[in-house]
Amino acid sequence: MDSDAMPAALDAAGIVKTFGTHRALDRVSLTVRAGEVHGLLGENGSGKSTIIKILSGFHRPDAGELRLAGVAVPLPLTPERSTALGLRFVHQDLGLIPALTVAENFALPQLSAAAARQMTSERSMSRRATDVLGRYDVHLDPRATIRSLSGVERAMLAIVRAIDGLDEAANATQQDAALARILVLDEPTVFLPRRDVERLFELVRGLAQRGCGVLLVSHDLDEIAEVTDRITVLRDGTLAGTAATGSLSRAEMVELIVGRQLTRTAPQSRSTADADGAALALRVEGLTGGQVRGVSFDVAAGEIVGLTGLAGAGFDEIPYLLYGAKRATSGSVALRRAPLVLHRLRPHRALRAGMVLLPADRRRTAGLLALDLNDNVTVPRLAAFRAWFGLRRRAMRRDSRSLLQRFDVRPPDPSRLFSTLSGGNQQKALLAKWLEVKPDVVLVDEPTQGVDVGARAQIFDLFREFTAQGRAVVCASTDHEQLALLTDRTLVLSRGRIVAELSGEALTKQRIAEACFESEPVTYDAPDYSPDREGAES
Amino acid sequence: MTTETTVADEVGEPAGEPTVAIVAGDPPRRTASGWFGHIAGNYGLLIVWLLVIIAFGAAKPESFLTHANLASILGSQAVIAVLTLGVIIPMSTGDFDLSVASNLTLSAMVVAVLNVNEGWPLWGAIAAAVGVGTMIGVVNGLVATWLGIDPFIVTLGTGTVANGLTLWISGSNTIAGVSDGLVNAVVGSRWLGVPVEFYYALGLCIVVWWVFEYTRTGRLFLVVGQSRTVARLSGIRVARTRIIALGAAGFIAAWAGVLYTGNSGAADPSSGTQLLLPSFAGAFLGATVIKAGRFNAWGSLIAVYFLVTGISGLQLLGVPNYVQDLFYGGALIIAVGLSRLSRGRAAREEEER
Repeated sequence: MDSDAMPAALDAAGIVKTFGTHRALDRVSLTVRAGEVHGLLGENGSGKSTIIKILSGFHRPDAGELRLAGVAVPLPLTPERSTALGLRFVHQDLGLIPALTVAENFALPQLSAAAARQMTSERSMSRRATDVLGRYDVHLDPRATIRSLSGVERAMLAIVRAIDGLDEAANATQQDAALARILVLDEPTVFLPRRDVERLFELVRGLAQRGCGVLLVSHDLDEIAEVTDRITVLRDGTLAGTAATGSLSRAEMVELIVGRQLTRTAPQSRSTADADGAALALRVEGLTGGQVRGVSFDVAAGEIVGLTGLAGAGFDEIPYLLYGAKRATSGSVALRRAPLVLHRLRPHRALRAGMVLLPADRRRTAGLLALDLNDNVTVPRLAAFRAWFGLRRRAMRRDSRSLLQRFDVRPPDPSRLFSTLSGGNQQKALLAKWLEVKPDVVLVDEPTQGVDVGARAQIFDLFREFTAQGRAVVCASTDHEQLALLTDRTLVLSRGRIVAELSGEALTKQRIAEACFESEPVTYDAPDYSPDREGAES
Repeated sequence: MTTETTVADEVGEPAGEPTVAIVAGDPPRRTASGWFGHIAGNYGLLIVWLLVIIAFGAAKPESFLTHANLASILGSQAVIAVLTLGVIIPMSTGDFDLSVASNLTLSAMVVAVLNVNEGWPLWGAIAAAVGVGTMIGVVNGLVATWLGIDPFIVTLGTGTVANGLTLWISGSNTIAGVSDGLVNAVVGSRWLGVPVEFYYALGLCIVVWWVFEYTRTGRLFLVVGQSRTVARLSGIRVARTRIIALGAAGFIAAWAGVLYTGNSGAADPSSGTQLLLPSFAGAFLGATVIKAGRFNAWGSLIAVYFLVTGISGLQLLGVPNYVQDLFYGGALIIAVGLSRLSRGRAAREEEER
């Protein structure tokens, strides 16, 4: 590249960040040149978001240097300092307010700035929004609400809004040599229909041509190949490599992301349930809803089936759709006890039919934080404790204590508040709550997120014990190691469809990761931005 | 990653999480101050109540500590106590019912109009009043859950409608002359010198306590009030539970109205509506005692009588009548403030994140 002579817009070197004992970033370097689109790739947990949060002033690095436009900048940054230095961020959720208009959303950043002292009229806001958006060739009705925009229009609005302030700051403080122009796009395309992404990329390329350095975080290798000039790949908190995009084949990119491991994952002592001979525990047919498009699969009794994919692939919605916690538009489920039609399914019916759901967000959707463990674990089984005078509270407490002991919740004290337990113990308590109702199928989403290693192994054992009784587990996760260790079979989704099925020898951490990245994207046939769903994202 | 939160957001109810749970959430932390903290946290109000009684007793021994005064305190507040016990039921599921006082007034008037103007027998009039009140409660629940409107708004509306109905059926007049049977049953007889209506409130308190603590329905109220999402994912039919709670509030408010008419043998179209604030003050203050952090039956009963002790004591000292409003209004704010403080700094910060 000939721009080597010029100082890079952003040059971070030797960045180290440790969380507790976990080294999230180990001497990572990242260089973004002015005028280039630079891709940042890596699996979940590879350190992408950590480095972005250091740049945005959210995390404080343990060591490292940062130069912006050739000028050394002391670390750590604060969010205000990061903004003042010319760094701009657009995250996946875009930060738009759905009920407000384009013009109002466009004016939002100024509300907090000094400009708020000026009176702003509807008309001047509209004129400004139209002017600035037009400068970047984005044409939106300033009076339209965000709700009425398509996903890609929203993303473009958010990007222009972010970069707009940057241009003004650049004009105002020309003398500030350290002012860089860096736009960080953190997975802006995940929920966008493929054919619309092109419009977004035109905008991004245009910004780069105006001298802006763009850092694009994405999982989608096609997009990366299409729009970036160079890429940086992180793996397990270290720099796996930096290269010109054109110099790498797709397979080489996957290799950089996933890494070549010489040793296979340790041989697994999984229950060798024979899928052919065993009875069926669950048959899903034509499941459609959210991002999921016509997914069908079978789960045999005694089997643990994994679901995975990249963000936005829809795999993590399947447990919620099957449980009726999120409404499916079509599809059916056959269980041992009853067949269910999905678009009318509610959680209480799913529970009665023999399914339970363990959501990923323990604090908000699974645990009753302010109540004690006894209250938490007995909720689905209250009817069993009825007597002529009411609930047998002492029996409940005794039962809860032995249940907590059996699931090794520490301490096994039914009167402990749920919120005071560690993540691992919370999860074990929730497993106790749900496995005690003796379901046929357990649906889980990220069962070991925020759980320590010891508890993680115990949770795996609990699942195996459970399936050994002829029951089944469906587990959605982005933790490929977990899927390799825990599941008998893992289904990989891309853009709402199953694109690969791995089992036996092929079920390794590496093969799963490759399947996620290699999967040929399915072309979209229907417009995908139903207003209500997109509204929930922003 | 943001994807998980997205799914979780969608899993939540469209109507969002209960508003009341934000006010009365965690029980006080037992860790820091140990046993003393536990006693102070759960029985603090009882101790303060005792101190208030001693203070007024010392200041006005000849009038405050008399049997007659205590009996009048216990008897006169029975209607508010019953109403408060009704209010805490939807509060335990996280819903405000602002229509209870209007509901009470309407029921009181229905009894009077049917009994006096229409010549219905007493039992018929009471049955009709209780039916109307329960229906208002159920309608509150249906509108709130089917249309996903905050019951705060729904009950503000239905309460005003009930006020209008009261004025309509009464022609804006006080209607007196209800059958003696009702007056006798409410204030006519005494036990240990206390009017029998106090024992009605006491009995209801025991029933509500039993429902909250010893029935599945009561536990479901609690879970729904803590988190509608968790409740729903635990297979609880959240909408039905909320309708039952609001219906029960309407049912109890109607009975409070029957008692209200029984106090004087007459119903007037407006004075009952002023009982809304005292009942809410009692409910919130009650959530700081016995089972601190939760709306509970015994706490509510204690709070109602604590408040009236303070008011009647001050009135005996010669403080003018406006003290009542100052006291109830102040108590409401202080009670809510106390429950916020008792949650501890960490919990509050967590909430703000």
